[in-house]
Amino acid sequence: MKHDIDKLIAGTLSGVENSLSCLLAIAENDDSSVSRILDAISPSLGKAYRIGITGSPGSGKSTLIDKLVGIMRGKGLTVGVICVDPSSPVTGGAVLGDRIRMEQHYSDDGVFIRSMASRGSYGGISKAVGAAVALFDAFGKDVVIVETVGIGQEGIDITKIVDTTLLVLAPGWGDSMQLMKAGILEVSDIIAINKADLGADGLVDSIKDILALGTRKSVPPVIQTQALNNIGIEDLYRELENQRNKHHHNEKNNTH
Amino acid sequence: MLNDKVSDIAAKQKEWEDGSLKEYVKENPERDIFTEIPAKTLYTPIDRADSDYANDIGFPGQYPFTRGITPTMYRSRIWPMSDYAGFGTAKETAERHKHLLAHGNTHMALACDIPTQLGYDADDPLVAAEVGLMGVSLSSLKDVEVLLADIPLDKVTIRGSTSTLVLPLWAMYTVAAEKKGFPINKMMGDAKPDVMDEFLGRGTYIFPPEHSLRLSLDLVEYGLKNIPNLTYQINSYTIHEQGSTVVQDGAYSLATALFYIEEGRKRGTIDVGEFAARISQHTAVHTHIFEEAAKSRAMRRLWARLIKERYNPTNPKAMRCVIDPNTGGSVLTAQQAEINIIRIAMEILAAALGGCTVIAPCSYDEALTIPTKKAVTMSLRAQQIIAYESGVCDTVDPLGGSYYVETLTDRIEKEMLDFINKIDANGGMMEVIKSGWLKKEISRSAYLKQKALEDGRQVKVGLNRFCVEEDITYEMHKPNPQLLEIRKKDLKQLRAERDNAAVRSSLETLRKAAQGTENLMPFLQDAVRNYATVGEITKVLKDVFGEYKPKPIAV
Amino acid sequence: MSRPIRVLIAKPGLDGHDRGALTLAMGLRDQGMEVIYTGVRQSVENIVRTCSQEYVDVLGLSLLSGGHNYYFPKIIDLLKEKGMGHILVLAGGIIPNEDRKNLKEKGIKEIFGPGSTISEIAAFIRENVRGEDS
Repeated sequence: MKHDIDKLIAGTLSGVENSLSCLLAIAENDDSSVSRILDAISPSLGKAYRIGITGSPGSGKSTLIDKLVGIMRGKGLTVGVICVDPSSPVTGGAVLGDRIRMEQHYSDDGVFIRSMASRGSYGGISKAVGAAVALFDAFGKDVVIVETVGIGQEGIDITKIVDTTLLVLAPGWGDSMQLMKAGILEVSDIIAINKADLGADGLVDSIKDILALGTRKSVPPVIQTQALNNIGIEDLYRELENQRNKHHHNEKNNTH
Repeated sequence: MLNDKVSDIAAKQKEWEDGSLKEYVKENPERDIFTEIPAKTLYTPIDRADSDYANDIGFPGQYPFTRGITPTMYRSRIWPMSDYAGFGTAKETAERHKHLLAHGNTHMALACDIPTQLGYDADDPLVAAEVGLMGVSLSSLKDVEVLLADIPLDKVTIRGSTSTLVLPLWAMYTVAAEKKGFPINKMMGDAKPDVMDEFLGRGTYIFPPEHSLRLSLDLVEYGLKNIPNLTYQINSYTIHEQGSTVVQDGAYSLATALFYIEEGRKRGTIDVGEFAARISQHTAVHTHIFEEAAKSRAMRRLWARLIKERYNPTNPKAMRCVIDPNTGGSVLTAQQAEINIIRIAMEILAAALGGCTVIAPCSYDEALTIPTKKAVTMSLRAQQIIAYESGVCDTVDPLGGSYYVETLTDRIEKEMLDFINKIDANGGMMEVIKSGWLKKEISRSAYLKQKALEDGRQVKVGLNRFCVEEDITYEMHKPNPQLLEIRKKDLKQLRAERDNAAVRSSLETLRKAAQGTENLMPFLQDAVRNYATVGEITKVLKDVFGEYKPKPIAV
Repeated sequence: MSRPIRVLIAKPGLDGHDRGALTLAMGLRDQGMEVIYTGVRQSVENIVRTCSQEYVDVLGLSLLSGGHNYYFPKIIDLLKEKGMGHILVLAGGIIPNEDRKNLKEKGIKEIFGPGSTISEIAAFIRENVRGEDS
């Protein structure tokens, strides 16, 4: 089925979900069309606050995002969520299992959730994900969240396509240490320690120790949360807003 | 002397392996045999050289109960027989159970439909498509009164698989008994207060786990005080049916039971020994006769050891592991369905050889429909034939001493303990359920089983081998097409005839009690006595407890 | 198709038994497909909306509790209404033979009952999924 890309672009810019959905697929599958699409939508970009959320499996990222989306919706913001999961290096297939944790938002017209597989891209963030973020922005979403698994190098790419990078860790997960050592700590704007009820102090100390060895001058804000129990989410949201204002302020300054 | 014998046998075994065996397999290579626990060609006394009969195997009716929970097992009493049934209206279900009881059943195992299990009244538009399909539709005390009208409660044990709403359900049973003039303290029941499996794949969860746990323990507490013959089922059946291994099934059952005991102990009002003594493990028994029999034996031994080690209770029955399984439905096929009766018979045999109490079988048409009368009767007959004609009841633990089965028992015990420790290492039962870790483990096992079936390594007669082009029409259960209308009418009448002010008042009192920590049973009994419906009661509880949103697994 | 086929596996109605759905999800992943699973107890509307947002090629409906004659036609109708009539809709679970003809007429392309294998389902999908240029 040949797609009328111009029609789809027009539809996306007017907020038609089906058009956005189809364009997302085209951006993912048809390399030759991506530039054209991005060019067409570029005048409409810049409104959305783009947040990248990365962290080890088991840190409760998806649940945290589910709660954050709830807060955002409470404030009348529309949200796009892109959930990235790794493709099997052997078969090329993937089980895209993050969406299911945001079930409460399935029927909310203000929330659009799209699952994407990494499709072999190093770092888990393909050109397609970057295009998807732009498309959500052009569609009119106030906030675009990209969720990805970041272990080692993988989570770092995300910082290139978002305004704020939130790293989610949880105590007791061995992956946290690996993650931190691999450099993601250097580029995160906010750190959330989820499942904080399990004892966050040790992790906070580790973060400080590792950063002390790196190039970063200061420790980013560390917020303790218990997503399942709705604890700390408001604080996290406030910090995200804080970062956004800082980001806009910097941008404004940079244009002078 | 024994050691001399053993080394003598070892030498002869080596001779056999290097000689006859090696020679024979040259022309007759061994098949590729798929089992969960790999089996050797032969088991001999060498495999049992370190066996300690007195401490590890022992005597039936005595710690560690490996050989059975009573000294004579089926020699004194054949296991009670129970067929799970429920569909349509209370009247239709009562008829089916009366038929089964007349033909030898001793337990009335009730299947409630999904709307009932989820706390929706039959006339709720949300559930219109599923009323009375998977079980009996029970929306109020009136339905339960119809259900139990002709059931002799002094002879029949009531059981069922409804867990989340087990407390309101038993509120209805006890009030119905009371109204029949039958003393509550003489009732016999196997309740299922275990909700953990709902979060793992059974799917009829409603409230968050902590609140469901409160309802479960309220029932335990009430039963310990008021119903001496009420036992509490821990349900690993779901787990095994969801694809777990034999080891995971047994381990999960014991771990969950230990979890409930510990939570009960924390309450301060539940005696550990008394509670443990009333627990039964509702596992699934599949068709590998030896693995399943060994699993039951291993469960008994491990339970006895863990309870003794953790609590050292004075009640001797606390260390006695009662296992009352259902035969597995997931191993039955839709293809050539009638041959499933043989699978069911094997499962019954496995359960009997494992020394289980109360065996509940599936029916041969399980993969096609709600079991028909013919099918459930055949399953009942299968139990009776095995009990009376196979010899399995002639002596206690007939497989005891088998080199193979004792080795299997040891191995399963060890692996179960490893799995229980893994659950603890991953945060304990509540955490592994909430985090999805346990579900992931089970799903992985399920996937491996599916692959083995599709590869053909696991032979399934009629499914991947010995298949036929079928032209057989099976008698299917036909749901009553008028059912929904009948139920709507029932509820309309109920609401018109009852004292609605009394209903509102008792629901309000229930709400206040739910917000606190009192045992909710008396409040529920009050509400049901006034004919508050299942839906009305559940709504109150949902308002107070909230609803559970599962965190599904990422596989 | 040169790109991975996208499959949504959904469980409508109240039935919570998801072993089949999960096993199939893993199996289709191993067959190179991208699989999204909705979770249990999904409404007709949510399933269709998810199809739209995820731009799926295939919808697999899993139901064991007997409500297939009620839910499946509703889902097919809503898909068509929302411009997604091109999606390949398959069903699995416990669906008696006597109901299958009717469901196929309504738009369920094939029904995979107990004993169906992952490989046959994957093969069917590959043969029947609508080809796309993108």
